[in-house]
Amino acid sequence: MVSSPMWRWTLLVLFLLYLGVAFSSIDLNFPRMLDGLTRGWRFVDGFLNPNFTSRWSDIQTGIIESLTMSVTATLVGILFSIPIGMGAASNISTKPFYFLCRFFITISRSMQEIIVAIFLVALFGFGAFAGFLTLTFATIGFLGKLLAEEIENIDKAPLEALKATGASWLQMIHYSIVPQITPRVVGLWLYRFDINFRESAVIGIVGAGGIGATLNTAIERYEYDSAGAILLMIIFIVFLCEYTSGYVRKWLI
Amino acid sequence: MLSLQQLSKQYKNSELALDNVSFDVPSGQVIGLIGPSGAGKSTLIRCINRLIEPTHGAIYLDDVELTQLSTSKLRKQRRRIGMIFQEYALVERLSVMENVLSGTLGYVSFWQSFFRKFPEPLLQKAFGYLERVGLLEHANKRADQLSGGQKQRVGIARALAQEPSLLLIDEPTASLDPKTSRQIMRLIKEICKERNLPAIINIHDVVLAQTYVDRIIGLKAGKIVFDGSPSALNASVLTTIYGKEEWNTTPACEEEVSIAPVPNFQTKLELAI
Ligand SMILES: Nc1ncnc2c1ncn2[C@@H]1O[C@H](COP(=O)(O)OP(=O)(O)O)[C@@H](O)[C@H]1O
Ligand SMILES: [Mg+2]
Repeated sequence: MVSSPMWRWTLLVLFLLYLGVAFSSIDLNFPRMLDGLTRGWRFVDGFLNPNFTSRWSDIQTGIIESLTMSVTATLVGILFSIPIGMGAASNISTKPFYFLCRFFITISRSMQEIIVAIFLVALFGFGAFAGFLTLTFATIGFLGKLLAEEIENIDKAPLEALKATGASWLQMIHYSIVPQITPRVVGLWLYRFDINFRESAVIGIVGAGGIGATLNTAIERYEYDSAGAILLMIIFIVFLCEYTSGYVRKWLI
Repeated sequence: MLSLQQLSKQYKNSELALDNVSFDVPSGQVIGLIGPSGAGKSTLIRCINRLIEPTHGAIYLDDVELTQLSTSKLRKQRRRIGMIFQEYALVERLSVMENVLSGTLGYVSFWQSFFRKFPEPLLQKAFGYLERVGLLEHANKRADQLSGGQKQRVGIARALAQEPSLLLIDEPTASLDPKTSRQIMRLIKEICKERNLPAIINIHDVVLAQTYVDRIIGLKAGKIVFDGSPSALNASVLTTIYGKEEWNTTPACEEEVSIAPVPNFQTKLELAI
């Protein structure tokens, strides 16, 4: 890449120097690391021996809260993503509406869930409501964008044909676009549900309720065996979602 | 009766696609619109139902002037104009019957169509049209399970379901084999005669056009260069329409003419109703 050998060597030396400085700035504290290692081991040990029983009622509440949060956020998100996705599809939208919807989608997609959650927790207090709003906001952006893309990629011929029959705009959408995009879009909805469930565990850590909050409490109390049980539950439920959504998609095609 | 008066169309930043085109189509007359790719055939028929807005001129369908209509009145008039397409333009994932019924959308409310509650008389008629095109036993099949010829028959039934006063047909046989092409052209002709329906058929295949239409209009670079009976279509007329070089060549070259890139209309379609 760099043609002159002198430059190449200078660059290499500079790079090594930088590495050296960078490493020396890391404050290595070996006793602290050893300490961490034993704690890390307790962590692993906790996961290998998950304890479902001692905190079962907390886990149960957390899971139910997370599921409620994901289901409602997914449903409300779908509801709003439909008009926004349609507005953001250049082939069926009008200019001002198109830009408005694209703008909203960009905002929603550029904001990380955790940041939105921190903000909404500050606004609405700890608990599942902030979590629900966070996930809904993210879902609208995510599904809106993908819906718009699906609509933009349809076969336009039937749309033209229906326009020529004197069908209204809604009828054209319903008869020519909906059948073309349904299988993939429903697949995306299910996929978003399992993202929302996983996300609910993460945003719970910053106070947005759900199983994430339970997980956070367990870790803070050094109850790694309960934390292990919670993680296993999350994995199990995500796995279940994966399996069902695959099944539903096959059935839809 | 359809009447085109001094119809012109200019796309942005390009030459005239239609240049002062005028002609009348009496009831029951089937017109074959021929001409090389890019002559403006598709533009012409799409100007009639205003899938493309004409730049200039007037179009009368019976006594209604189409170019001046507001969107809601245009929608009512579009119901009277059936359209049939080269690639069938069916909704592949809907059933044959649903595709036929989609021709009646202009006559039913959104909620009726949403819940598939089509009025009984419309349903009966739709079955009648399916029978007419010979597909009654396929009514519940999904459209993507049909052959090309069968799909085009569904396209014809859908157009008939509109109870049209005019048929606009864009290259109905360009994607079909020669035998099926003849069957489709014969069917279209018979249907037009039965119902005294006027039709404009864009068509590449001159021989096919001569066999099945009442009158031929030759279009070249947006202008009418021939208008007469199929029997008057001799070699010199064909040379006028298609140009000497392209006309007097082997079939291989003819194919080149037909696969020349045709611009994509739909990208430009505004969806205002
Ligand atoms: N949407 C469009 N935008 C710009 N020019 C177009 C568009 N559609 C067609 N044209 C031009 O108009 C002319 C007529 O095209 P068309 O009506 O498709 O011809 P035909 O159907 O006879 O092949 C061509 O020169 C084509 O390039
Ligand atoms: Mg064409």
